[in-house]
Amino acid sequence: MLASDRRLGYALVAPTVIVLVVITGYPLAYNLWNSFHHYVVTSGQPATFNGLANYARLFHGQSFLPALENTAGFTVVSVVLETAIGLALALALNRPFRGRGAVRAAVFIPWAVPTVVSGMLWKSMFDPQQGFVNYVLRVLHLPGGHVTWLANTGTAWGAILVADAWRNTPFMAILLLAGLQVIPSEIYEAARIDGATAWQSFRRITLPMLKPALMVALIFRTLSAFLIYDVVYAMTSGGPGSSTDVLSYLDWRAFLVQSDFGYGGAVAVFLIIVCLAIAAAYVRAFRVETVR
Amino acid sequence: MSALSAPQSTGAPTHVATPDVAPRLRRPPGKIALRIAFALLIVIFVVGMLFPFYWIIITSLKSPAALNRGTRSVLPSAHLTLGAYRTDLLMTSVTGVNFGRALLNSVGIGLCVVAVTVVLTTMAGYALSRTRIRGKKSILGFVLIAGFFPPLAMVGPLFLTYERVHLLDSYPSLIITYMVYTLPLATWFLANFFSQIPHQLEEAALVDGATRLQALRKVILPVAAPGIFTVAILSFILSWNDFAFSVSFINTPNMFTAPLALMGLGQSQYQVFYNRIDAAVVMITLPVALLVIFAQRRIVSGLTAGALK
Amino acid sequence: MANVSLERITKIYNNDFEAVHQIDLEIADGEFMVLVGPSGCGKTTVLRMVAGLEEITSGILRIGDRVVNNLSPKDRDIAMVFQNYALYPHMTVGENIGFGLKMRKLGKDEIQRKVRDATAILGLDDWIDRKPGQLSGGQRQRVAMGRAIVRDPSVFLMDEPLSNLDAKLRVHMRAEVSRIQRRLGAPTMYVTHDQTEAMTMGDRVAVLLSGNVQQCDAPQNLYDHPDNLFVAAFIGSPSMNLYEAHFADDGTRLLLGSQSLSLPERIRAARPGLAAYSGRKIIIGLRPEHLPLAGPVDDQVLCGDVDLVEALGSELLVHFTIDAQRVRAEAADEEEEDQFAGRGAGVARVDPRLPIKPGDAVRFAVDVDRMQFFDPATTKAIWA
Repeated sequence: MLASDRRLGYALVAPTVIVLVVITGYPLAYNLWNSFHHYVVTSGQPATFNGLANYARLFHGQSFLPALENTAGFTVVSVVLETAIGLALALALNRPFRGRGAVRAAVFIPWAVPTVVSGMLWKSMFDPQQGFVNYVLRVLHLPGGHVTWLANTGTAWGAILVADAWRNTPFMAILLLAGLQVIPSEIYEAARIDGATAWQSFRRITLPMLKPALMVALIFRTLSAFLIYDVVYAMTSGGPGSSTDVLSYLDWRAFLVQSDFGYGGAVAVFLIIVCLAIAAAYVRAFRVETVR
Repeated sequence: MSALSAPQSTGAPTHVATPDVAPRLRRPPGKIALRIAFALLIVIFVVGMLFPFYWIIITSLKSPAALNRGTRSVLPSAHLTLGAYRTDLLMTSVTGVNFGRALLNSVGIGLCVVAVTVVLTTMAGYALSRTRIRGKKSILGFVLIAGFFPPLAMVGPLFLTYERVHLLDSYPSLIITYMVYTLPLATWFLANFFSQIPHQLEEAALVDGATRLQALRKVILPVAAPGIFTVAILSFILSWNDFAFSVSFINTPNMFTAPLALMGLGQSQYQVFYNRIDAAVVMITLPVALLVIFAQRRIVSGLTAGALK
Repeated sequence: MANVSLERITKIYNNDFEAVHQIDLEIADGEFMVLVGPSGCGKTTVLRMVAGLEEITSGILRIGDRVVNNLSPKDRDIAMVFQNYALYPHMTVGENIGFGLKMRKLGKDEIQRKVRDATAILGLDDWIDRKPGQLSGGQRQRVAMGRAIVRDPSVFLMDEPLSNLDAKLRVHMRAEVSRIQRRLGAPTMYVTHDQTEAMTMGDRVAVLLSGNVQQCDAPQNLYDHPDNLFVAAFIGSPSMNLYEAHFADDGTRLLLGSQSLSLPERIRAARPGLAAYSGRKIIIGLRPEHLPLAGPVDDQVLCGDVDLVEALGSELLVHFTIDAQRVRAEAADEEEEDQFAGRGAGVARVDPRLPIKPGDAVRFAVDVDRMQFFDPATTKAIWA
């Protein structure tokens, strides 16, 4: 009985595990191997071992460090911004008011736009001739009415940030709202009877009890911000110059434009390590929370 | 009482109340101001979030002539036309891209991804919650980590592999790869969902004379149907959302997915036709937006699977 | 129809926990056997082993003449009512009841006829097209019963089927389940933790503790002649008053704290085993109803201070304290024990019209003929 039960179980879970090993474990191993080799596919030459040369190129080459800097900067700014707005929105949506359901559905709609499409959408919004942004600035006689946002080193990141925040803040808010809704209202009532002010009950009840959800939402967002690709591809293609280049886009070009699988592999390994580090932080935070 | 409705009990109560009760029923003026400010903030936020949709819709309805005149107003132009939609759907570009075809490709790929994901993760979810296999925690841990893999880091090796097995530039290459988006979330969600179905239900079926497989088919699966439906919706959205893999693996224009086709749309040597771009944006967004509006509860429960449980 | 026989049935879980230890039980054809005991005593495990939902580690299980140890549930010809009913939420009442017949590939007409019969017996005719979610607790319980009886199985298994009902409905369903069982005549194993259910429903009751059958007998015998301290304390509500006593050297008197009772010759003659306890400790047991208030002529008397009086209308429960050491039986009814676990606490069941108040000092007449004796070391009852 137990043996046949186990056989059935393994048989049922195997396809999922195998598929995931093939599409994640295998690329990881292949990248790792490539990263220690000189391997440019289009050259027709077989891969040759070159030790840590690819990794040295990461830190001595011209494109990796600026892209890393851009990616890290964008990650920090967008996560902080989206968490702050998302939390405020979640708190607002957690209060009962007429039409709350409609408001919640409405603010969630931007999440339905595919990431790359949200890039195109905001590219059109920021277009100097046709776009809304310049139009409204001109009408209101505000500065910036004639700025070509996406072609400007100083402003391109701002536009990308707007597009990213527009699509992802609702996701943040919805995750946090789900966390808020599992806090039983009796606790707030008990706190009120104990004489807590609104701020005190936010500080002493909401925040601590929201911590698991907040952690999870933070790390989900941190990961996807760190891997930003679609929006950059659609809005600036890393330009002007390489001012909005990011790691994922850099890696993609290494693979599919330059066909340099050694260098691409090294970037990929770096990306995977950072992502797994963030994932590990997630798992650990999660475990700490459940143990408590 | 709602923040968005007029405060009803602010005036003097119409019924006769004892003097020490009446003031308590009246809200202090500071509170009213606060509520109005709150309502205003909500309205501003919602309008702000939704305004881009309004803008792309009115732009998508512009004629090329109106487009050439530049933006003159936030109101829709006088002559609205569905021309951009018609052109998008019917016209094939010189490079061979047809947006209508691309939409169909995305739908087809999405449905395949849904089918494969539902079958695989229903099996896995059942195994992880209802059988006594060893290493459940390791399996769930691996699945979770797989979900955190950076897609662009996998593009290179997968590209070479698909090339070698002659899957490059094919629908299966995308359907297989999209599993990295769907399987982790769906496995966690369904394992969780199955484990919440009481064991006694399955045992009752066994005692009633069902075999294990019959119990699964006639009792567990019907009861799990809402969870499986949630997985289907999420899988479709995740597949619909992809750009990174399709831009990497697909070359043949009539095999483009919708987001891929959108990239080159409406761009001529001399001008960018935003009406056509925005029409395509509307068409890509509409199906998922409808799902989000009508199945929001399911989607949220799916997204928070494993996150909050 | 068949009898069920358990022979040295043992269950050891993977983690080496022995949930059931070499249990022997015979359930005769048509017999209503109740398994009762505190939570964790193994009663549900026994039932699940009979159902085939749990593997039997060792021992032999027979239904009729067949050894069924290795048969899957569907081949054992059993029906089971689960604690939470386990109704299939996506099926109507009719489909729920007919599911087992469908699995046995009966014809549509026959299924329909049998389902009708079952719903008629249970008074569910008007609900046959409803889903379980639309039913009340009592109706769900009936559907669960219906699912079991429609199959006309050779054995009924019931796992605390009434525990989710409110008190009033539970009393009603108690009678109804008994009635249905007698009508169908199949041997029944019924698991409960409620000793009242056990006493009122069972032809025989098996009292379990930590995987062992403590005693298996007709309800009245369990009540009158418990084999050991645990059964004595578990059966009966309020439970038996148990005190540590000291047997005087000559074996004629019992010392309870500062008080004493004399033991007449007829009792000593009837229970020669008592002689061995002369000059030693012994545990005595007194049912609450065997402690009436003493009149002026009574000489076998215990004096106590009243702590609390519960008027139940038909009787008065007097909670008192005497200066003897109260004995706690392992895992006896915990709530009650905890509330009055103080030194020498006890309960007497007296005439409801007596004017007794907390704080009174009262004299109870002890019915020494009905007093029970237990060995302090083995906890076994001393009958002979």
